[in-house]
Amino acid sequence: MSSATHPGGLRDRLHLTPTTLIWLALLGTLVLGGVVVAADGNNLFAEANIVNLFSRTSVLGFIAIGQTLVILCRSLDLSVGYTAALASIVGATTMAGDPGRIVLGILAALLVSAVVGLANGLVVAKLNVNPFIATLGMGLIIKGYLDSRYAGPVGEVPPAFQDFGYTRVSLVPVATLVMLIVGGAVVLLLRRSRAGHAMYALGGNADAARLSGIRTDRTMVLAHVLCATTAGMAGLLLAARFSTGVGAQIYSAGYDLESIAAVVLGGTLLMGGRGGVSGTIAGVLILATLDAVFNLLEVDPFFRDVLRGVIIIGAVAIYARRQLDRASLRQRFTKLGAPRRPDAEVAS
Amino acid sequence: MSPLARRAGAAGQLLRRLTTGTATVFALLFAVVVAITVLNPSFAEPPSLMAFLRAAAPLVVLAIGQYMVIVSGEFDLSVGALVGAQVVVAARLIDGIESRTWPVIAIMLVLGVLVGVVNGLVTTLLRVPSFITTLGMQLVLFGAVRLWTGGAPTGALSDSFRQWGRLGIDMPVLRQLPYALLIALAIAALAAFLMRRPFGRTLIATGDNDTAAAYAGVRVWQVRTLAFVWSSVLATLAAVLIGGFAGVTAQVGQGLEFTAITAVVLGGVVLGGGRGTVTAAIAGALAYQAIQRLFTQLALPSTARPTLQGLIIIAAVAWAARGTSRATTSPPAGHEEDGATAGTSTPAAPSDMSPSTPTTDRLTAR
Repeated sequence: MSSATHPGGLRDRLHLTPTTLIWLALLGTLVLGGVVVAADGNNLFAEANIVNLFSRTSVLGFIAIGQTLVILCRSLDLSVGYTAALASIVGATTMAGDPGRIVLGILAALLVSAVVGLANGLVVAKLNVNPFIATLGMGLIIKGYLDSRYAGPVGEVPPAFQDFGYTRVSLVPVATLVMLIVGGAVVLLLRRSRAGHAMYALGGNADAARLSGIRTDRTMVLAHVLCATTAGMAGLLLAARFSTGVGAQIYSAGYDLESIAAVVLGGTLLMGGRGGVSGTIAGVLILATLDAVFNLLEVDPFFRDVLRGVIIIGAVAIYARRQLDRASLRQRFTKLGAPRRPDAEVAS
Repeated sequence: MSPLARRAGAAGQLLRRLTTGTATVFALLFAVVVAITVLNPSFAEPPSLMAFLRAAAPLVVLAIGQYMVIVSGEFDLSVGALVGAQVVVAARLIDGIESRTWPVIAIMLVLGVLVGVVNGLVTTLLRVPSFITTLGMQLVLFGAVRLWTGGAPTGALSDSFRQWGRLGIDMPVLRQLPYALLIALAIAALAAFLMRRPFGRTLIATGDNDTAAAYAGVRVWQVRTLAFVWSSVLATLAAVLIGGFAGVTAQVGQGLEFTAITAVVLGGVVLGGGRGTVTAAIAGALAYQAIQRLFTQLALPSTARPTLQGLIIIAAVAWAARGTSRATTSPPAGHEEDGATAGTSTPAAPSDMSPSTPTTDRLTAR
């Protein structure tokens, strides 16, 4: 609190915004990980490892991009894992192994996901149910449906669509490219469109946003629909990789909490209003790098969990010091009353 | 105001009290228990009621701990992993030897306090959102315990350890008064007492608006850390009950954090802090357990249960939240449709969720 009067120090002169910081952290992780792996007699940057690293990012990347949107609006979505599972099953059963039905399958899966998001958004915005409970409940609803309807893998993904999971352009898998394109589109949405600005406003202060004439309910619903849709994309990608639609394997993989961790690691405030997709992608890459390093070092899987937990807490702690002290609170406005420049510009 | 009008107003207010916030959960609990009894009259007989309460006791204990954290404005997602860790630790250290029971319970309590202190200090002093702190703690506990035991749980619990979860005091009418119920009742009484003491008042004030609480002289970090310690210690006690009742498996405790949070929220306690009573949280835990019992009674396939459970949770919370807006400040005076401005003449109870209650959510947000 006292930092409101804190004079602009070294950090301001270096223009270290959260987004730059997180990309620097990613660079640090890569360098450090590379050195540690090299000391072990391996190469983190060998072709196979780089490809592996990228393909790890795509599924979580899709989910985390959507999760960023809802968290920016000061909501969250704990049903993403279940939505992805549902989408994979809808996609695979619609395609039913017929290459001619690929587009239909994709559309059906994304539509069903969007409907789940719509329901989430309406329950949060119109029924005023806390998003934690609303999406937890939605997850349970989908889980019950999937468990009682589909005991095992169902549907069949035609080989042409399976390629989506495995083809790559030189080092980068196609799925990762698609994820990056979706991420780019969401960056544009957040920076250039009215809806994107409304999301920041809603997350920053819902009352101020409403009083300024923003349709807060509609914004919240839109964020949830987009979040569920990206979760649906992740589900389709998983269906392509498994070559069939699976339920339990996807929803018990813990994507919900991991995506929230990635978003927060990427510098988006859990309380909304600050952050962005670029940081989230860096957060996902950091998690994937850690995974790759642990794999190459053959770290005990249980010790891996311990390390991950400590690293996530540690990273967010380092970060919370800077962010909460200054940027998120009074510093939105400078002492002279002029609005602080948005992060997007400062970062460049 | 004429006496008649005043009485009508009072009656209206009473009605509102009964249908909003805290009271919803008691109505839900009552309805579910009635439904079970109609389907199976023997449920109301003391022995089967005692069996139900014994099964519900661990969740009640967990919900009380989670309530303290939630009402202070935070989350504790680590309780499920902590319960699992404690049961596995107990089994490994006791290894079936009776004489080790009490020393090991003491070690578990120390571990519980330690986890709570770490959760609390990382959240308050390092300012990591508790969602992330306790999520990380969940990963750490999950991994550390399995690393220590090499994957699958080893060892065994002693009979004197297990008795707390499964046995009780034999008596005529009830057949058996479970220890678990007695422990849960004692903790509930202690918690209800504490929440009326300065500690509880401070906890609620901190959850409502920590800036205001800090200006009023509250050491916010101390209060919140204490809440986390309570949550972890109560999770440890719940682990003793669950370990005794269900035994040692690798999955024990999994997902319990969400169950506990759901129970607390069913009780009308608001995530974000500052609203709700511990009695309602306990009723929430009982209602959750009763709903599970009802599903068993209806012989619902276990795969379909989550769907109904999800619907009930959302419906109950939506019902409790109806009439409140997402507005984080009070509407201007005189703009309320039902003329409930009378509400301003009576001091709002902490559990009151009427729209006229001003909340300063943004400030709590930190």
